Amino acid sequence: MGSIKEVDDRFKKFGTVSFTSISKTNDFVDYLEKGKVMGTRCKDCGVVFFPPRAECHQCLASSMEWFEVSGKGKLVTFSKLQFAPVGFEEDLPYCIAVLDYGDYKVFGRIAGDLPEEEIKLGMEMVTAVNSLPNGQLNYVFKKA
Amino acid sequence: MSKVAIIGVGQSAFVRQYPGSIRELVFEGFREAVQDARITTKDIDASVICSAPEYDKQRSPAGVFAEYLGLNPQPTFYVESLCSSSSTGVRLAYSLVKSGLHDMVAVIGFQKMSEISSSESQERMGRGADIQWESPFGTMMPAYYAMYARAHMEKYGTTLEDLACVRIKAATYGQLNEKAVYRKPVTMDMFQDPENRMAGSVASPLRVGDCCANADGSSCIILANEEKTKAFCKKPVWIMGLGAATETVNLAGRDLFSGLSAAQQAGQQAYQMAGITPKDIDVAEVHDCFTIAEMMAYENLGFAQPGESKDLIQSKETYKEGSIPVNVDGGLLSKGHPIGATGGSMIRTIVLQLRGEAGAIQVQEPEIGLIHNIGGVGLYGNVTILGR
Repeated sequence: MGSIKEVDDRFKKFGTVSFTSISKTNDFVDYLEKGKVMGTRCKDCGVVFFPPRAECHQCLASSMEWFEVSGKGKLVTFSKLQFAPVGFEEDLPYCIAVLDYGDYKVFGRIAGDLPEEEIKLGMEMVTAVNSLPNGQLNYVFKKA
Repeated sequence: MSKVAIIGVGQSAFVRQYPGSIRELVFEGFREAVQDARITTKDIDASVICSAPEYDKQRSPAGVFAEYLGLNPQPTFYVESLCSSSSTGVRLAYSLVKSGLHDMVAVIGFQKMSEISSSESQERMGRGADIQWESPFGTMMPAYYAMYARAHMEKYGTTLEDLACVRIKAATYGQLNEKAVYRKPVTMDMFQDPENRMAGSVASPLRVGDCCANADGSSCIILANEEKTKAFCKKPVWIMGLGAATETVNLAGRDLFSGLSAAQQAGQQAYQMAGITPKDIDVAEVHDCFTIAEMMAYENLGFAQPGESKDLIQSKETYKEGSIPVNVDGGLLSKGHPIGATGGSMIRTIVLQLRGEAGAIQVQEPEIGLIHNIGGVGLYGNVTILGR
């Protein structure tokens, strides 16, 4: 008798629309559900990765540990979109941005309730988990 | 070692909606290049087909084109590096000829973007970035380049007026280019009138006028070794330098946001291979998919110091009569940007310039020309230097 193998497709929950469903970093989504945004650190050589990855390109090891993206980052740049790709139209307008934490940077969205006039390059922001109306999860940058 | 030359160039008109299939579109650029080179299809040993994937129903278009263009039984294959696909094709063809594997190779770039809607096209463009970690936020090309524009403006005081100047220059020459999709003049007033379409925000700080348009088009560049070149070609244009580099896909992996590091590195490689410096360039084509992209190219290629691209555009030094004419065929901003065909079109312009056959946009007796062709958001950088 054949048995149905369960597919671990937790990653499909990441973002307004996810284009990936299976990844060795699926635990990232579990952490989001617990309110944490996590990156990975190589246990062998200590390199820190965001976005998280399952393998280290420096020493080629697969021994990663998770760390939490915490504290304040500085806003490197951003853009407010008036047009969106297919599947994101309901979110408009929204800002995408890069936040610099020193050892790593984070690409994501700026929280929708922050007016564009108040967004300044170099300002300190924090990364926080965000639940979307369609039940999906992502993270946003908020004023520190 | 034998030198490698470009002996034939061609492109279709770039149009909003090509009234034919992709093989028919490709035929237009190919025929022009074969006639330009005064060869027959039998003389071509191999073809390299270049486009960005996912715009066509046809899987593996290379084989279909080989049949339609009369290039059986010669080998053919497909390469891609998004918007710089046909520069990558030329790099590959150069190595095929230089190695002695083939004597003459046709590099055929194409894109028929109108087969899908504009928003579907944007969705595909968004997936040219990191689909696992960036695309789930709703990304698209104009927004990525807008982030570079914002960082450049903040760091160097570049203004929206400076960006508009790039579009105004493009339109000046686009009007003269019969193969361009946008042939109307553009003025500063259009950017300053909030009711004008040009001034409408796409992704802040970039406006409609800062962005190039999608288009359908094809291009063809024919490369040959020294022996074949001497047999067929009266005005050869030689490949002097090639550079290619990459940068991380995810913006989180980058350190530079006021320029494209892959373009800097590709430029340095090409200058070194050619044994020249930026001052030796007489005419250039740079990848102006957005106005800010042309500004960054001036700096990344050494035409201007970092932060001084605004001085170059304000003083009109990149106009036809200036010290370093750039995109005097209208650029992507006027010609339109049929992704896979774009690099070939840029190379065609420089070849015509170096032969003295550029007509109304002819720069005075150029000897060395440069092509800067970028794939993705500075993901793939390609620089080609050509000389008489």
